[in-house]
Amino acid sequence: MLKNPLTPMNSETLSMAEGHRTSSNGSSRKNFIVVCVLVVLALVLPLQLPNFLVFQLTMAIIYAISVLGLNLLTGVSGQFSLGHGAFYAIGAYSAAILMEHMGLEYGWTLPAAGAICFLIGFLIGFPAVRLGGIYLALATFAFAVATPQILKLSLIEEWTGGVTGISLSKPDAPAGLPLNSDQWLYVLTLFVALVAYIGARNLLRHRTGRAMLGVRDNATAARAMGVNTTLYKALAFGISAMYTGVAGALGGLVVQYVAPDSFTFALSIALLVGVVVGGVGWLPGAIVGGLFVMFIPNFAEELSQGLAGAVYGVILILLMYLLPAGFGGLVTSLKGFLSRGRGHVAGRH
Amino acid sequence: MELLLQQILAGVASGGIYACVALAIVMVYQATGHLNFAQGEMAMFSTFIGWQLIQWGMPIWSAILLTIVISFAAGVLIERTIFRPLVHASSLTHVVVFIGLFGILNSMAGFIWDFGIKTFPSPFGDGTLFGLIGKHQAGMIATTACVAAFLYIFFRCTRLGLATRAAADHPVFAKLVGIASENVVSIAWGIAAAIGSIAGMMIAPVVFLEPNMMVSTLLYGFAGAVLGGLTSPVGAVLGGVIVGIMENLSATFIPVVGAELKLPIALFLIIVVLVIKPSGLMGRVVTQRV
Repeated sequence: MLKNPLTPMNSETLSMAEGHRTSSNGSSRKNFIVVCVLVVLALVLPLQLPNFLVFQLTMAIIYAISVLGLNLLTGVSGQFSLGHGAFYAIGAYSAAILMEHMGLEYGWTLPAAGAICFLIGFLIGFPAVRLGGIYLALATFAFAVATPQILKLSLIEEWTGGVTGISLSKPDAPAGLPLNSDQWLYVLTLFVALVAYIGARNLLRHRTGRAMLGVRDNATAARAMGVNTTLYKALAFGISAMYTGVAGALGGLVVQYVAPDSFTFALSIALLVGVVVGGVGWLPGAIVGGLFVMFIPNFAEELSQGLAGAVYGVILILLMYLLPAGFGGLVTSLKGFLSRGRGHVAGRH
Repeated sequence: MELLLQQILAGVASGGIYACVALAIVMVYQATGHLNFAQGEMAMFSTFIGWQLIQWGMPIWSAILLTIVISFAAGVLIERTIFRPLVHASSLTHVVVFIGLFGILNSMAGFIWDFGIKTFPSPFGDGTLFGLIGKHQAGMIATTACVAAFLYIFFRCTRLGLATRAAADHPVFAKLVGIASENVVSIAWGIAAAIGSIAGMMIAPVVFLEPNMMVSTLLYGFAGAVLGGLTSPVGAVLGGVIVGIMENLSATFIPVVGAELKLPIALFLIIVVLVIKPSGLMGRVVTQRV
């Protein structure tokens, strides 16, 4: 059953997303305006907030980027990963090592981390996709467990800093911008997130994305239609790893510190929870997932220090009862409800 | 040579515990098609109950037996209350609910019994047997053998066991011949929880009792279950024991590895096995219909 971890809802959501393209010009313009307003709000509002909140929002967006990456893998190509925390770690470490040991400008570390993670994801993807469903889960899980241990190894301590990790300096805003460095990192992260989102959306509308959806819905049928399933599965793995790697690099910059114990298996689990809460296969769900990963554990801690884990668990279980398909499911059913209402009115005319 | 033999025996002993956890995972997987990520925490909680009973002055063997019974009931209860409403939910939803359950049990145990480590007495006593293996380790091996034999007899020789297998293989057909598939799922959960509690109480004297004690055992148990093939209880036992042996041998004989990397190494070896034989050692190959 883990082989296809998707409810029927998700294919509907995706096809609805595709439907937008063919819908009338008016509604797509309206959508465009809504998106622009949201972006401007997201850009301007936080700049009025205290620095710590700006930092938390930045982290939420960073988690959203990695949730988006994991959603591309799970929701779009139907594969299962318990190991994306490892890609996050590799992204963060790539950025840190490139900055501290090779003197690379921080801006360049993002594409570099993305490229490294894409390569590793693709290479791991090739043997891993032979393993379907649960076995892939185990393989990625092993990867997540092994990565922090490998980062601690004394052999590469010179580069990774061993258990203590690497401290980074915070980049300042480019000269001329009236922002402090927290605000600048927020703007930068938001920009990266937008690019990542647009990239993911375009990918789905393209040949590659369609091939991945085909692989998800029925790998055997897709193969019969000439889709190289192994290649596309590995590709989905690589792209997903790339997203998470870029997020990790940003995370390293924002936290100014990378250490093996920040990237335990719990991070991989948190990202997976983010995907499910946001809605598997529903790309905008990533932002809900990111906010959830960032804020709900804190909220649980505030509610009860001793029982924080229990509060978090109860929230998760209740959420799954109320929204079994995440927020994406909620949006789909709301949309269905609204359009049914509209159809009714049109019928009376 | 003696070191090798000792390490293999130690591996079989801890492998037996992994085999029990793997069996618990396979029980729930067979009945529901889902991997119970909270199995380890359920076992940990059961172990705390056993510890509490012993603290209250109960003789150790009766405390263990009572804990097994309580765990069975708790497993049935968890299935009935939390998972019954989610029967038709997707696997990912289940994963999230399992994680939720994990958080609840872990945090509750810490809240009730605090996070400090406690010693759990071994029912088999201290000392060694034939100078090769600790008494407790020998007891662990014997316990695993008993659990495996019990399950084998249950599934092969009882009506209920046959019904369970039928319902796991094909819930609809099983219903048509008059088996209450829902009850079978509850029983599977109960048995899984009971086996888990045995595993917890057997490993507790070795790793000390604390809320996070089952995390690595669960990981090895998962690895064992997957290695053996999730559809086969015999495979689960075999897989668990193999994982235990590999863990011990790689920690002893690969010098760079040491204690640090033994888990990743064990997992890596398992993945190598899986790449060669993707359905696990004893698992059925599942064919897909287009």
